[in-house]
Amino acid sequence: MALRIEHVSKSFGNFQALIDVDLEFPHGKLVCLLGPSGCGKTTLLRCIAGLETPSEGRILLDDQDLTHAPAHQREFGMVFQSLALFPHLSVGENVAYALRIRGVDQAKRRKRAEELLDLVRLKGVTERSIAQLSGGQRQRVAIARALALDPKLFLLDEPLSALDAKLREAMQVELRLLQQRLGISTIVVTHDQREAMTMSDIVVIMDHGRVQQVASPLDSYRSPSNAFVADFIGISNLVRGTLRGRDTVLVDSRPIRVARLPDGIADGAAVTLSIRPEEVHVRPAQESCENQLAGQVSFVRDLGASIEITVRCGEKEVLAVTTPRDRPGVQIGDPVAVELPAAACVVLAS
Amino acid sequence: MSTQPSPHALPLPDADVEARRAPRILRQHAALFYPALMLGMFFVVPFGIMLAVSFFHRVEGAFFEPAFELANYARFVSPFFGKALVFSLWISGLAAVVVTCVAFPFTYFLTRMRRGSQVRYLVFILAVLSLSEVIIGFSWSTLLSRTAGVSNLLYFVGLLPQPVAWTPSFGALLLGLCYLGFSYAVLVLYPALSRLDPELPEASRMLGASPLRTFFTIVVPVLRNSIVSALIMVFVFNLGAFLLPQVLGRPEHWTLSVLITDQAVFQSNIPFAAAMAIFLMLVCLALVALTLMFGQQRRAAP
Repeated sequence: MALRIEHVSKSFGNFQALIDVDLEFPHGKLVCLLGPSGCGKTTLLRCIAGLETPSEGRILLDDQDLTHAPAHQREFGMVFQSLALFPHLSVGENVAYALRIRGVDQAKRRKRAEELLDLVRLKGVTERSIAQLSGGQRQRVAIARALALDPKLFLLDEPLSALDAKLREAMQVELRLLQQRLGISTIVVTHDQREAMTMSDIVVIMDHGRVQQVASPLDSYRSPSNAFVADFIGISNLVRGTLRGRDTVLVDSRPIRVARLPDGIADGAAVTLSIRPEEVHVRPAQESCENQLAGQVSFVRDLGASIEITVRCGEKEVLAVTTPRDRPGVQIGDPVAVELPAAACVVLAS
Repeated sequence: MSTQPSPHALPLPDADVEARRAPRILRQHAALFYPALMLGMFFVVPFGIMLAVSFFHRVEGAFFEPAFELANYARFVSPFFGKALVFSLWISGLAAVVVTCVAFPFTYFLTRMRRGSQVRYLVFILAVLSLSEVIIGFSWSTLLSRTAGVSNLLYFVGLLPQPVAWTPSFGALLLGLCYLGFSYAVLVLYPALSRLDPELPEASRMLGASPLRTFFTIVVPVLRNSIVSALIMVFVFNLGAFLLPQVLGRPEHWTLSVLITDQAVFQSNIPFAAAMAIFLMLVCLALVALTLMFGQQRRAAP
């Protein structure tokens, strides 16, 4: 076990940024801390880095208590949101700054800086000033600088947020490949669930200072632990209903069968059904099948690669996503039936 | 402006744009007219008069008459005025360095405080600015005196064998000048320091530098321009102090500003005072230019 967070809480005055966070980060994995802004993910990262001290709880690395160790003695590499490249130093000097602090001589520093810049695929910029670099190049310099000391832990705080969408996607893949190549334990803070899905082995989903779910990206998508996770990871149809028996949920008094049921929910309890839009089938009204709700098409958004159909069923709207190949011939105003397959219905306690 | 409508292009209201642009330029110029007028009235014209007077002929027992002579400039090429000039530059420079060395860390910690505390400190610092050189001079003169000063307190608690007079002296003058310049230095440094990205020192910490090391390798170099501005500002400001040297210093500590005041006010030799003032200004400008050039060269070096 590389890093352990034991019952960590952090408050700033009356504001509780972290509430009883208890986590274990396995060695050599990339973990994403994911959540909306203000959920405490950055505070947790800063506690791990040593830039904040937890109000309660402990932080241990390989069973060594780090809770009160100062940041400059932790030997972690960190990439900041603003990148925080030193404007008065050249690219090479930025990358080799940690070595200069350690008193490594200039020739060795130079060599190591070039190695690191090679690693992040930046060549021939060692002498340049930071102001002469593009956004993507700065990103790479910040990564190279953080890796200069072969850190025990690699921390990244929204590292790609300054890049445009295309470059960001490319950097996500590159960062993931780099992390796998080096086998370095990495923690990335992000609010972008696509980024988390692309890069991570484990996603820690946070909201209001609490951990909501810890799972692999796919598990968090397929089996969200609560309505917040279901809504935050991807898009989900959240439908309220009442549990009847062990395998049926009543939605507007229509029975919807479900394949699985979480433990500890009593018969008759109010529940929320979470169904991913790509699992919802839209059928002509006259075809009748199990697990269906009747409704009327309220909007069709044809995006070329996919088609999004919004169906109004009484009070609620259900979104279905389909490919052009499976496109049902429906238009706005058509009466339709939406099928919610039993296997795709995830029951969440309300 | 094209009058031929292109078949594809949307009809662009070219004429309209042109018509609107012209008055806007006029308006912009009109906006500049006011500061230009004020600058002319209160700076350029008085300075021109002073420049002219510095070449005028002084009439003994009267005032002066228009002429063009270099006698006023020639007169202060003497060991006496030379020494005063060197001393003025030396003590102003020294005070600027001392003030900046104290004000920079002070302001750094100030910007890291809570907003409320910051405001309280800034209000206090602004209040100090409202004190005139006269009040500051006489207050320090009292505080450093033998009869009523701080030394009595130290004597009372047994730290001194007897009360001593610390004024007039070089130290007292330096202290007074530092006190005068401190608030200005803080106000020059404050905006830059509060804009400093807090992630810069944090990044340095993460790379293994202690807080002290971070301060000297990151915070100071990143803010070098502001530090140079504070130095220049306090230096120029101290150079103009004409009262403190008389109150807190001995006659050998009288700066060129004191001598200019003496010539202008007590000797009624306005042409000579004007010549000295212009010379002092030129020396001062040359030093500032040198400092800025030095700063730029450092930046250009890899």
